[in-house]
Amino acid sequence: MTTLPWLHPDRVARLEAALRERILILDGGMGTMLQGHRLDESAFRGERFADGHDSAHAHGHPGACDLKGNNDLLTLTQPEIIRGVHTAYLEAGADLVETNTFNSTRISQADYHLEHLAYELNRAGAALARSACDAMTSKTPDKPRFVIGVLGPTSRTASLSPDVNDPGFRNVTFEELAANYTESARGLIDGGADVIMVETIFDTLNAKAALFALSELFREIGARLPVMISGTITDRSGRTLSGQTAEAFYYSVQHARPLSVGLNCALGAADLRPHIQTLSRVADSYVSTHPNAGLPNAFGEYDETPEQMAAVIRGFAKDGLLNLVGGCCGTTPAHIRAIAEAVRDCAPRTLPAAGERAA
Amino acid sequence: MTAPRYTRLSGLEPLVLTPDLLFVNVGERTNVTGSAQFRKLIKEERYHDAVEVARQQVANGAQIIDVNMDEGLIDSEAAMTRFLNLIAAEPDIARVPVMVDSSKWSVIEAGLRCLQGKGIVNSISMKEGETAFLEQARKVQQYGAAAVVMAFDEVGQADTCARKVEICSRAYALLTEKLDFPPEDIIFDPNIFAIATGIEEHDNYAVDFIEATRELKKRFPLSHVSGGVSNVSFSFRGNNTVREAIHSVFLYHAIQAGMDMGIVNAGALMIYDDIPPELRERVEDVVLNRRPDATERLLEIAERFKAKKGEAVVETLAWREKPVQERLAHALVHGIDQFVVEDTEEARQLSSRPLDVIEGPLMDGMNVVGDLFGAGKMFLPQVVKSARVMKKAVAHLIPYIEEEKRRTGDAGKNNGTIVMATVKGDVHDIGKNIVGVVLRCNNFEVIDLGVMVPTQTILDAAREHKADIIGLSGLITPSLEEMSQVAREMQRQDFRIPLLIGGATTSRAHTALKIDPHYAAPTVWVKDASRAVGVAQSLLSKELVDAFMAKVRADYDEVRERHRNRGTGKPLVPLDTARGQRFRGDWANYDPPAPAQPGLHVFDDYDLAELRRYIDWSPFFNAWELAGRYPAILTDEVVGQQASELFADAQAMLDRIIAEKWLVARGVIGFWPAASIDDDIEVTTTEGKVRLHHLRQQADKPVERPDFCLGDFVAPKDSGKADWIGGFAVTAGIGIEEHVARFEAAHDDYSAILLKALADRLAEAFAERMHERVRREFWGYAPDESLDNDALVAERYRGIRPAPGYPACPDHTEKATLFALLDAPANAGMRLTEGFAMTPAAAVSGWYFAHPDSQYFVVGRINRDQVEDYAHRKGWTREEAERWLAPNLDYDPE
Repeated sequence: MTTLPWLHPDRVARLEAALRERILILDGGMGTMLQGHRLDESAFRGERFADGHDSAHAHGHPGACDLKGNNDLLTLTQPEIIRGVHTAYLEAGADLVETNTFNSTRISQADYHLEHLAYELNRAGAALARSACDAMTSKTPDKPRFVIGVLGPTSRTASLSPDVNDPGFRNVTFEELAANYTESARGLIDGGADVIMVETIFDTLNAKAALFALSELFREIGARLPVMISGTITDRSGRTLSGQTAEAFYYSVQHARPLSVGLNCALGAADLRPHIQTLSRVADSYVSTHPNAGLPNAFGEYDETPEQMAAVIRGFAKDGLLNLVGGCCGTTPAHIRAIAEAVRDCAPRTLPAAGERAA
Repeated sequence: MTAPRYTRLSGLEPLVLTPDLLFVNVGERTNVTGSAQFRKLIKEERYHDAVEVARQQVANGAQIIDVNMDEGLIDSEAAMTRFLNLIAAEPDIARVPVMVDSSKWSVIEAGLRCLQGKGIVNSISMKEGETAFLEQARKVQQYGAAAVVMAFDEVGQADTCARKVEICSRAYALLTEKLDFPPEDIIFDPNIFAIATGIEEHDNYAVDFIEATRELKKRFPLSHVSGGVSNVSFSFRGNNTVREAIHSVFLYHAIQAGMDMGIVNAGALMIYDDIPPELRERVEDVVLNRRPDATERLLEIAERFKAKKGEAVVETLAWREKPVQERLAHALVHGIDQFVVEDTEEARQLSSRPLDVIEGPLMDGMNVVGDLFGAGKMFLPQVVKSARVMKKAVAHLIPYIEEEKRRTGDAGKNNGTIVMATVKGDVHDIGKNIVGVVLRCNNFEVIDLGVMVPTQTILDAAREHKADIIGLSGLITPSLEEMSQVAREMQRQDFRIPLLIGGATTSRAHTALKIDPHYAAPTVWVKDASRAVGVAQSLLSKELVDAFMAKVRADYDEVRERHRNRGTGKPLVPLDTARGQRFRGDWANYDPPAPAQPGLHVFDDYDLAELRRYIDWSPFFNAWELAGRYPAILTDEVVGQQASELFADAQAMLDRIIAEKWLVARGVIGFWPAASIDDDIEVTTTEGKVRLHHLRQQADKPVERPDFCLGDFVAPKDSGKADWIGGFAVTAGIGIEEHVARFEAAHDDYSAILLKALADRLAEAFAERMHERVRREFWGYAPDESLDNDALVAERYRGIRPAPGYPACPDHTEKATLFALLDAPANAGMRLTEGFAMTPAAAVSGWYFAHPDSQYFVVGRINRDQVEDYAHRKGWTREEAERWLAPNLDYDPE
């Protein structure tokens, strides 16, 4: 066998023990929380980026670039705000928080001419979440908190977009994606992440490049982190943007032997249910979900209340479909608190036993 | 929770190798080493046809497709990447997993980097030793694939049963012990070699394979056994009947021994029981090596069974063997109209009522088309071709249906009736026709009233046909105001049915602000053809309509809210300030060139073959809702195949347009002395002076950036410099009606729309070519200019040709002055509608400016002071000016 040892064996042991015991709670949306701060361009820029580019980086940049909307940059320019979001979710009951690194890849940061920050954003993002988790764990040592290092989908798709009307369609190669993900994942690991999650997967080939990059990086380091994988069913047709069903998606990523596989974003909990059920039926790993707070209304806002969302999720949990649950777009600490409350007395989904699999 | 340990593969859909599958067919025809036809296609880069081979394989039952590009003269990595990317865009192919087949690891890796699903590598082996084998196996795992492991080691390929078993067992141990390769992801290929070659050592090869299979399945029940089946019959090439009989017999025995996967020609497997008994017996002797003279005895009778027809025919027309309902569905989904009339007739004779054919098989087929299109799995040109098949089928049935109606008084039901029209004053209908086709595909009755339709005609037709929805279309900006009028009139006449708004200049904002408030019933902007069906269905469904309209109305409220609060945008500057910041042409140091050939020049029948070279193709594809730039779009991963097909159809039609003179291109250009007076241009003709009116930007800009007006590009009257302006009006649409009518009569909307789109492109090409000649010959200020078509499209030349109604001069009514100056009706056969749209529709007109710094710009928003000034110059009331300039107003007129 060539399986690598864990990089942080004690943390993995505590995480696995908790997973056997109960349904673990993920955090909720970052974007929703940041909107509440109504940050303007100068707030996004902070001191280091006051001129619309990185004063700490001598690069041949054509000039200033608007940075508002680059939420990941806030890790560097407004770390207290990001820490505040993490803490709010931890106080609401989250066992795991996701780093603010959804767009911290070279490809995505290139939109802001900040591609050189990819490693730094990931390392700083992980370190920030680490300190928030550690602070909370020290208060309640019997309930350890974990940092999920997030690798997002990037702004490009490696296989294809089924939407012919999408003029933003751009190709990218597997190799470029793998190089991007290697750099970002290295930052997450160096910053102290407990787990890596490849999430919001529109295009499974992008995810496969991320998983390939992780396996190479783990080999280089000589140790591995647990990997969580979360796909996105883009609409009610029940397929990913790249056209796969939930089951086909799982078979495409199962080789990574993930800690968990799940679905997030795009749909509310109720619409995700049949696909979570499919994953729960076929997956050898734990099953996670972090749905949106319903579908966006005409104003692009999500209006499923904490009570509504928690009620639907409680149904999932009672039917034994779940191991980890949280929220995505439109969810707040109130949602997470309600969800944590709703699943508290529900047993986690049991893993199919390895022996039975081998039969 | 028990999860039995099966091999789990995927394309877009899962493929789990459960025991009840018995045997998995791997399609073999997309292999350049096995198929001469496929090799030829790839060598000649006929990828479109190569993709069709893959489609046939899947249609014929292949559950996985094997792709092999190993050929000395082919760049195998590039060909593998290109082909896999192409089939990834075809959902009916991409639904199955891919087997990446190569003897070169670099080609396999290139293939694995294109697969989002879990595929199979074919193959890895120990021929270069254990280290290389394990390294490749580890990579296969990292890429997430299963692997075919060939019975091949450092010594060579295994031929006996014992060697096959020994090598495979050693490979299994390495994979599962040195790596943690899942046993279910191991597929053994114990080598199928040719039998009946006349060489005695070969006689037992099939038996060796079958026996090795039996032993391997016993030792490794989770793993699989596969092989390239057609190798076994290699010595009978040229005799497909005997070959297929050998395959069938070989598989019959190998499958019983445990072979559960095979690379086969999925469309051409003979059923074991269908093999003539005499042939089967002698084939069985050969396969099972039952007697020493088996080969001779098979050869004796082989000639008698030689097939008469080629296998390619069997493959492509295999669907013709199916029941008529399936044939109709196939024809609709694949857009094949060749057999549709005879199939429809056959279906009619089998039905109790002719309408059942429409409501049964035809609608079933179109529903599939509609679903695929709605899911983004089919593209517009395919849908329009499907509609052509549907129309032909329906046309065949209509006389029978009419007859039936006369007898029974029974009328058919549909999803709803939609009256559609391009509004008064506008002649553009390509988009509207596409929407009509798509709606018809989805079983809506569409009453298309054509172009330039007055309000009352639309409303009368809606009443007469008991329409459920009215759809309005338009391309030019005055049509926006006309649509608003139709809405008001519908309200006044107490209509209650939904109103759909579509067309290039329409928008959600305009609909929300200017149309929706005038009509109480649902008023919905439809972004493009692909949305039309969803919108229409939502509006007519009792369950959906309330939620749908709540969302639309909330959208509109939001637009209106934003519009009310738009004060946050940069305020405009007063007209005087903008004039003070005009573009200054350095008139003291610049001598405007006089036209080399002043006056009017008329072109009665311009050479279309010459214009063809000037076509800018990108907008052509956009008209069909295929996004991308030419020529890259032809190889685009998503729409490339459709774009290539459409392009081929367009080229074929262009050939005929030119050879058979379907269209006549006419045009007129002219040059006149001119001088600017503030924002106007005074033109001197033989009959006197004429004023051209232009609008000026009022944006608040830094001092170094001018607020442009086209008048700025002509020397001011007080500069003392003589200057000139040019004008043109060209069309490529003379004679088009006859051919459009011919296509429509043949129920061929596809060709009708294609022709209109091509006429548009030729008119644009005419304008481009004429502008080039103006620069080089007629005005002659750039006699040495030499640019290729890309440079022309990119506008890398001196001078501009802005068109009235477009951003630099948004007032369409100025076309009246232009047409009068050119006498376009007499000189070019072109006219203006009351909305100032040009007829024929395939037409371009505009002004020529020669100033070296002249440039295109967008007038954008203008303020009340300029509207009043402009109204005064035009001799309009302010209200008239506000109506014609409505899209540019920065304020709400009261």
